[in-house]
Amino acid sequence: MEGVYRVAILGSGPAGLSAAARAARRGMSHVLLEKTDRLSDTIFRYQRGKHIMATPTQLVLRSDIGFEAGKRETILDRWNSETGGHKVNVAYRAEAASVAGSRGDFTITLTDGRVLKAETVVLAIGTQGNPNVMTVPGSDLKHIQYTLDDPTEYVDEHIVVVGGGDAGIENALGLIADQAQGNTVTLLNKSMDFARAKEANVKALTDAAAAGRITILAGSSPARVDPGFITIDTPEGQQSIRCDRIIARMGSAPPRKFVEAMGVAFTSADRDAFPRLSPTFETTAPGIYVIGALAGYPLIKHCMNQGYDVIEFITGNLGLKPADEPILEAKLAALPGGQSVAEWLEFLRTRIEILNGLSTLQMREFLLDSSVRVCAPDEVIFQRNSIGSSMFGIAAGSVKVEVNPKNRRETVPIGQGSIFGEVGLISGRRRGATIRAAEPCILLEMPRTASLRLMAQNKDARETVNRITTERQMLQIFGSGLTKEDIVEVLTSAELMQVKAEDAIINEGEEGYDIFIIRSGSMTIEKEIGGKTVFLNYVPAGSYVGEMALIDGGRRTATVRAAIRSEVVRLDGDLFRRLLARKPELEAKMREDMRSRKQINSYIEEQKDRFSGVVDLYSSVADFLVDQGIGEATDVLLIDETLCVGCDNCEKACADVHDGLSRLDREAGRTYANLHVPTSCRHCEHPYCMTDCPPNAIRRGADGEVFIDETCIGCGNCQRNCPYGVIRMDSPPPQKPGLLSWFLFGAGPGPGEPDLEWKTKAKKKHGEKPKVAIKCDMCAGIDGGPACVRACPTGAAIRVSPEDFLTVTRVRGES
Amino acid sequence: MARAPRKGKRSNAQVHVGFLRHAGYRWAWVGLALSIAAAVGYVLADVHPRPNGGSWYGYTLGTIGALLIVWLTALGIRKRVITKGDWSLKAWVSAHVYLGIALVAIATLHSGLQFGWNIHTLAYALMILVVLSGVYGIIAYAGLPKALSNNRRETTQKQMVETIRSLDRQLNDAAQPLNQRQAAAVRLSLEKSKVGGGFFRRLSTRPMDCGTRRALRKLKGLIRRASESERAAIGNVTALLDRKSAALLQLRKHLRIRTLLGAWLAIHVPASIALLMALTAHIVSVFIYW
Repeated sequence: MEGVYRVAILGSGPAGLSAAARAARRGMSHVLLEKTDRLSDTIFRYQRGKHIMATPTQLVLRSDIGFEAGKRETILDRWNSETGGHKVNVAYRAEAASVAGSRGDFTITLTDGRVLKAETVVLAIGTQGNPNVMTVPGSDLKHIQYTLDDPTEYVDEHIVVVGGGDAGIENALGLIADQAQGNTVTLLNKSMDFARAKEANVKALTDAAAAGRITILAGSSPARVDPGFITIDTPEGQQSIRCDRIIARMGSAPPRKFVEAMGVAFTSADRDAFPRLSPTFETTAPGIYVIGALAGYPLIKHCMNQGYDVIEFITGNLGLKPADEPILEAKLAALPGGQSVAEWLEFLRTRIEILNGLSTLQMREFLLDSSVRVCAPDEVIFQRNSIGSSMFGIAAGSVKVEVNPKNRRETVPIGQGSIFGEVGLISGRRRGATIRAAEPCILLEMPRTASLRLMAQNKDARETVNRITTERQMLQIFGSGLTKEDIVEVLTSAELMQVKAEDAIINEGEEGYDIFIIRSGSMTIEKEIGGKTVFLNYVPAGSYVGEMALIDGGRRTATVRAAIRSEVVRLDGDLFRRLLARKPELEAKMREDMRSRKQINSYIEEQKDRFSGVVDLYSSVADFLVDQGIGEATDVLLIDETLCVGCDNCEKACADVHDGLSRLDREAGRTYANLHVPTSCRHCEHPYCMTDCPPNAIRRGADGEVFIDETCIGCGNCQRNCPYGVIRMDSPPPQKPGLLSWFLFGAGPGPGEPDLEWKTKAKKKHGEKPKVAIKCDMCAGIDGGPACVRACPTGAAIRVSPEDFLTVTRVRGES
Repeated sequence: MARAPRKGKRSNAQVHVGFLRHAGYRWAWVGLALSIAAAVGYVLADVHPRPNGGSWYGYTLGTIGALLIVWLTALGIRKRVITKGDWSLKAWVSAHVYLGIALVAIATLHSGLQFGWNIHTLAYALMILVVLSGVYGIIAYAGLPKALSNNRRETTQKQMVETIRSLDRQLNDAAQPLNQRQAAAVRLSLEKSKVGGGFFRRLSTRPMDCGTRRALRKLKGLIRRASESERAAIGNVTALLDRKSAALLQLRKHLRIRTLLGAWLAIHVPASIALLMALTAHIVSVFIYW
């Protein structure tokens, strides 16, 4: 290794290889440093036979080395032979320990003491250097590993894979690929859905789970590792399972110290931040370039394109446009002013707050998924109740929200830099209000998946979205003419907390007067009466708790506990008191809210003296309902079995108003104290069915109903994901003869869902429609409301939402 | 608790009351008022020579009664035609019950207590039959659902049948080591444990000829002469038969309650149709022989 190289490339992954190949083709003096004895070690260490995808599909590949989707072996063979063909100068077993110097004169010292000189340095070292490690008690145990070379090595083991990214999913699928291996595999995913993973992987995983070959624990994370078993935090509480081996694939962070030592600055102090880069991939240390995963680009195609580009830039070809330039140009063509793509990207990035922390390169990718809109004043951006799950950022101008559907003039402005439509990200609800442009504006429309990925990857974006959501939620919950300015002070104290199922956020008798807003999930309120825990109330998402101690002073009067895993925002009590002092209307409103809650408390206290059985029943029935998923329901069908005569008219009515298929099974389901929860949709606050719907056909309607629209492709994912078993896959039967011809002439099967025999015959005659997913839609669009309740002859069938399900238990307690 | 008000029409838990107590007994009061008004009118109306269906007051009550009967039978249609709109079958049933009972007062006053062996009295008798069967229905609806719920606990009818089938399969396997006579006893259970059938069979929960009971009795006798290995097998079979007995009892109780809940309709509905026909004949004949 003599002389000074024009460029030294660190790392022989897709990015480094592509750069080296380009340098070789251009005849530049170069060296490719690889710390192992083979090219592209990360990909080499993928599982044997792993299928490697070539996403994003719309991106054109520009590299001297070829790549298309295929098996790991095929791709590696191709790279090896093409690297040889280009006569790339590779130095194996050459791991850089330090890089010193400046442009034109870098000294690279290797770990084995060798030294070499280069004019420029390209860092293509990826992020695999240091995978994120487990930090729970027992994480130092030997049976935890962070890679999986050959899944066929393990036989008859109980294996837990931690991580719902592609690596984790692929490892898990590899371990169960051959059933003869007899592995029992459980996959832990921290979030409820698999936003980070490729769709095809998620599909294969859910299929395997449906076939019972793997267990998925969503919303779960390890709590403690012991030899032989692992303790897991799940949304339902802690659970211990047998475990002989843990494979943790929880992503990785850049080998930051090594890079920072060269004088390279990062975008922020976060663990997952990336180096700050110029559009030519140059870092803040002149002469040092960063490409590939370390630059924030984990996808092979991106990496290879950057390898090509960076060499072109180094040779002085600064006019080179990125490979995705034409696509972005087309996207940005609608914008006025004729600026370049780079200028527009910078414009959007600096103007829209949540994008501030992104690098130029990340912006490029983000924009590939997103689209820009130019709106004239008064142009409708979206209508209230329309379907849409994308989020918007305002790059220029401002919009107005029509807060009162009856009066178009009543509007609230949202200014430049902010976002709107963020509620769609959280629960797939319909648009809550119509939004129009207030002045000419430039908007960036970000699809739900892209936004979720952004929030998962970028802490600043996540925090900004959370802050804005909290602010809007506060204004909505408290109303009382509060303005954004009023709550600025309180919001500085806002702290988003994750609460595990059954954990308490407020304990009876403790000091404290902070206010809690329930962002997602739900809470139960309990009180110790005579040594027994008595259930007082149930608080759904979108409410607040803690006002009693705040307003009346004194200690906490009851315990507030999470019914399911929840997210709450804690607001400082002192700051809130100051807000109350300034805003008497707010205090009046909160006192009013408090009064109704105190009524329930006093009802319980009163009944307790008179007849404890009533309170016990009330408390236990309420517990039962929470167990049955009412904690996350927004509307649920209950059947009072002291009134139900079993006529099944509810099922018949349901079938008759819904294409001849009933969406409820009256008899099935749990019963407690004659209160029956039939198999029927609870319209969950965070619907499990929505987590993985390929055509995005499951949505939430104006009345909160979760429904499946006609774009359903019948894949059955929702049916598998629903923990309550309320979705059926079936094909709607042909139209049956009218009631009169049935009554008078016995034609057809009569009211209700036709029997199987009739259906089979009729389908033969009229042709069969494809199977689709079918579930309760709360009879949306049918005047009069749910047919099951209207058609109940005795009043046994009732629909309740969490706000009033306690009334049911109370009525029952009294009767 | 603060929460944004929910938009759109929906039922709420405040209406969680049965059909009898619907809307604060509204239809009970209407029925009572109708009956009292009819009675007061009966006393006050000055009809000659005596109260009679053919007097002006008789015609008035007759018209009200006939219209009521037609409306009451319309419940059968209401129940089956799920149209749009803010109606509830519970309200209809509530009105059906109380106005149906009030009909007895109206029709009786309409008759002027003149009975004979004629089409008019036949219509009256059919009406009483319909009302009485209906009253039984109310009693059944008030008490039996709870028993039905307590008996089935959380199992569905389908699951009950499935349980018995799966026990049968287990019995078949468990009976393999038995000799011919012992196996014949088990076969009794497999082949002769009928559930359901005619009306009276459905009412009995422990029929004497139940194959499973007979099998248990027989095996009890046979066990004394059985060999050591056969005894163990008989022990297994007996345990399964006991479980099957319990499962049969649950299913039979389920069917019995469902039969009791539905049986009255077998009188109520045909009698209503007969009543409509008799009523037509009654009205036509009255007008022809005026």
